[in-house]
Amino acid sequence: MTVAIDRATGKRRGEPGGRPGRLTRLRQSYQRYWYAYAMITPVVVVLGVLVLYPLARGFYLTLTNANSLNSARTIGANHIEATYEFIGLDNYADILWGPTSYDRFWSHFIWTIAWTALCVTVTFTLGLCLALLLNQKLRGRTFYRLILVLPWAVPTFVTVFGWRFMLADGGVINSALEALHLPAPLWLEDTFWQRFAAIMVNTWCGVPFMMVSLLGGLQSIDSTLYEAAEMDGASAWQRFRYVTLPGLRSVSSTVVLLGVIWTFNQFAVIFLLFGDTAPEAQILVTWAYYLGFGQQPRDFAQSAAYGILLLAILIVFTSVYRRWLNRDEQQLAI
Amino acid sequence: MSTTTPTNVKTTAPADSSSARPSAGRPRTRRRGENSLGGTLASHGILIVASLVALFPIAWLLFLSLGPDKDDYLHPGRIFGKMTLANYSHVLQETQFFDWLVSTLVVSLGTTVLGVLIAATTGYAVSRMRFPGYRKFMWVLLVTQMFPVAVLMVPMYEILSELRLIDSYLGLILVYCSTAVPYCAWLLKGYFDTIPFEIDEAGRVDGLSPFGTFARLILPLAKPGLAVAAFYSFITAFGEVAFASTFMLSDTKYTFAVGLQSFVSEHDAQRNLMAATAVLVAIPVSAFFYLVQRNLVTGLTAGGTKG
Repeated sequence: MTVAIDRATGKRRGEPGGRPGRLTRLRQSYQRYWYAYAMITPVVVVLGVLVLYPLARGFYLTLTNANSLNSARTIGANHIEATYEFIGLDNYADILWGPTSYDRFWSHFIWTIAWTALCVTVTFTLGLCLALLLNQKLRGRTFYRLILVLPWAVPTFVTVFGWRFMLADGGVINSALEALHLPAPLWLEDTFWQRFAAIMVNTWCGVPFMMVSLLGGLQSIDSTLYEAAEMDGASAWQRFRYVTLPGLRSVSSTVVLLGVIWTFNQFAVIFLLFGDTAPEAQILVTWAYYLGFGQQPRDFAQSAAYGILLLAILIVFTSVYRRWLNRDEQQLAI
Repeated sequence: MSTTTPTNVKTTAPADSSSARPSAGRPRTRRRGENSLGGTLASHGILIVASLVALFPIAWLLFLSLGPDKDDYLHPGRIFGKMTLANYSHVLQETQFFDWLVSTLVVSLGTTVLGVLIAATTGYAVSRMRFPGYRKFMWVLLVTQMFPVAVLMVPMYEILSELRLIDSYLGLILVYCSTAVPYCAWLLKGYFDTIPFEIDEAGRVDGLSPFGTFARLILPLAKPGLAVAAFYSFITAFGEVAFASTFMLSDTKYTFAVGLQSFVSEHDAQRNLMAATAVLVAIPVSAFFYLVQRNLVTGLTAGGTKG
């Protein structure tokens, strides 16, 4: 834990002492910090070119009616200039309160929120349970750990195809359910079961990360705290509630935030599980992809507008989350 | 790092669990961290079930890949009689497997090298220095992590097609760098944070510039962290689906993530070949993952637990 103390002094080191005049301050600051700026320059340049410029351009596109028919394109040797027009905020208005906005945006929005909340809750709970089990003294726990990490080790696009074989009508899951005389749902066709399947697969993919991170967090909790709690006669539940959970806070706040962001943006699971076959199970990300690249003509402007809206939702969420954590004087580690 | 884990404490009395309990007839003498027999059995039970759930889809894929017929996944019982490696030889000899392998490796390794190279100094700077604009910069790095694919996809497509980089490796590498670079910077910051500041101070006292300290003292120490960042950007690029399936048009340039989908068209689904390809892709990646997984976990949680 020496690291935490070092970081505290490190934080103090950079702060200027007095408040001299502006010009002096500027010169001093340049002398003091120029190497810091030099070191971050490569990333700033890359982010500027590869992220900010496209982002600005994407935002401009959302103010136009660009689609694949009026954008600049090259057919053979002929280059056709772009003919799309500036239409202001019409795209946003259309998405948010246009005539079919419920079917196109709000229904997907509600499902996306539910999907994120359910997935993160279930993944976190299961990951915590498994981490607690693995943190005990138990024969073969290294072995269990190695197996439980497996879903993380295999690329998602591979496992999703494995799940598709299993969930297909007549696949192994339904055969097993029928053998047990249980109803066999149409996992890949019926809306409710599509959603259920998507959450199931995503949970399966996400638990190892949660488990491993939380296990790391559990192992860094000072064991003397448990001894002290036990001396005071705390029950197992009280030890969990008042030692383990607070000890895990910095790890769990990080993994929950990462989990929310990753799940909200989860493209591969839903796209590969259903393709274009499940309009009701599409979350906003895959829906935006469908608008921009999965249909003809491709609606670039609306797709980009969805992208901007999604980013806005995430930024608002993260700011609120950070503020909420900081209120309890708990700095977010990430 | 001297983290005394609760488990270490428990293992100080390994003999107790077997010998002490039966002889001591008294109740409530269980040592700390030891479970009752029922608790142990329940733990094992849950862990075994969880392991089976974790293992089954992969094992099932492996099993299906041995069945020669494309509809074998619907009646797996029949596979037992006719297990064969024919799918594998077909995939290796008659599909574009090796083309896909080459493009996946080119794109993933390109992203990894560029990402780590560019991010290394930044990770160090944000770990050690508090310059004006620091918080805003960290915020930008964080926000870039949460870009949904949809945000950059349309403008990137436009820009790349203007530059004629659609369907080229370089184009895809550049796109991936937009996520890999901030990602590596975050990860490396976490790792640099775990290297004691005294080392920097010693270097500075001995007359090294900040760049010298970084290059001569910190970089050699940070090799495991660099490896973790490299591995993460590799698997991220390796498994990316959305950009790869939109920006790569010719089937010889598909990455595995796209190539695997091409076995299932609207009219024909060669699921047996798909399963075999999936296994061929998954095995080396998972093997590699297991080799480095201990480092991965420390690298990943370093930022989280020590923050």
